[in-house]
Amino acid sequence: MTAATETHTEHDHSHDDHAQHGMSNAGYIRIALILAAMTALEVSTYYVDFGSLFLPVLLILMVVKFFIVVSYFMHLKFDNKLFSFCFYAGLFLAVTVYVIALATFKFFAA
Amino acid sequence: MSDVAVHEADHGTHGHTTSTGLSNNKVAMWLFLGSECLLFGGLISTYMLYRGRVSEGPRPGNVFDIPFTSVSSFILLMSSLTMVLAVSAAQNRDDRGTTLWLTITALLGATFVGGQVYEFTAMYNEGLGFTTSLFGSSFYTLTGFHGVHVTVGIIMLMSLVGIIKRSTIPGDKAEVVELIGLYWHFVDVIWIIIFTLVYLIPA
Repeated sequence: MTAATETHTEHDHSHDDHAQHGMSNAGYIRIALILAAMTALEVSTYYVDFGSLFLPVLLILMVVKFFIVVSYFMHLKFDNKLFSFCFYAGLFLAVTVYVIALATFKFFAA
Repeated sequence: MSDVAVHEADHGTHGHTTSTGLSNNKVAMWLFLGSECLLFGGLISTYMLYRGRVSEGPRPGNVFDIPFTSVSSFILLMSSLTMVLAVSAAQNRDDRGTTLWLTITALLGATFVGGQVYEFTAMYNEGLGFTTSLFGSSFYTLTGFHGVHVTVGIIMLMSLVGIIKRSTIPGDKAEVVELIGLYWHFVDVIWIIIFTLVYLIPA
């Protein structure tokens, strides 16, 4: 078997598994319930005084929710790494550029 | 042409060859979403800089209706679940399930946009116009851009429902649903950031 044939075979096999790509519907529902619970916790910070934990809790929840949706609902966790590179490169560039821009305007010093 | 480097991509390229073996459409969609991070990053940063700049008119804490926006956020979050169920149904070649979940997703999105229109109207009536203050300008620009993205998503979802019913999608139908799903989930993750940074963290 040539290298080219092997490549085709592997690719065809992955195509056969296309329907199993990602998670089961029950898995997606579990993820949605976790996201809903995290959103409820976020909203609770409006009613309950979290003290000094207020900002860290909100920021951590935001980041975790972001990566859960991107990893599971958008399938980046299961998909080809090139897709992850395309997206995370843009995200990294955006965060870097705008953190520098905000620092220039002394946003973090305020 | 090298057999190893270039071969038939099965994932919806419909006879086209790609050097990566991946769908060009999907690579393009991920690149587009990566570039969208820069667009929304700019809008969010601008809001963060200007949210405290209120020379006249109401301040952020006076106009935000957190309970109402929380419900809207929850609705948009759940639309991501219905979207992923639509993708799953499309991968199982279940046209009826696909159109059902796509329609529900569009309805949830429309509810979110309706809530945003209501919120904007209420804020305007409370004295916060687009040019009232830098806070107002940056807030309406950021959330308005997001609302336009959701609206475009709804149009794409309903167009897709129509196309599926007419069975006129060339190539891999599941991939088309997945691509629109990627856009929809992206709109959702952007709202996850906006909801926290704009609404929940006070200026």
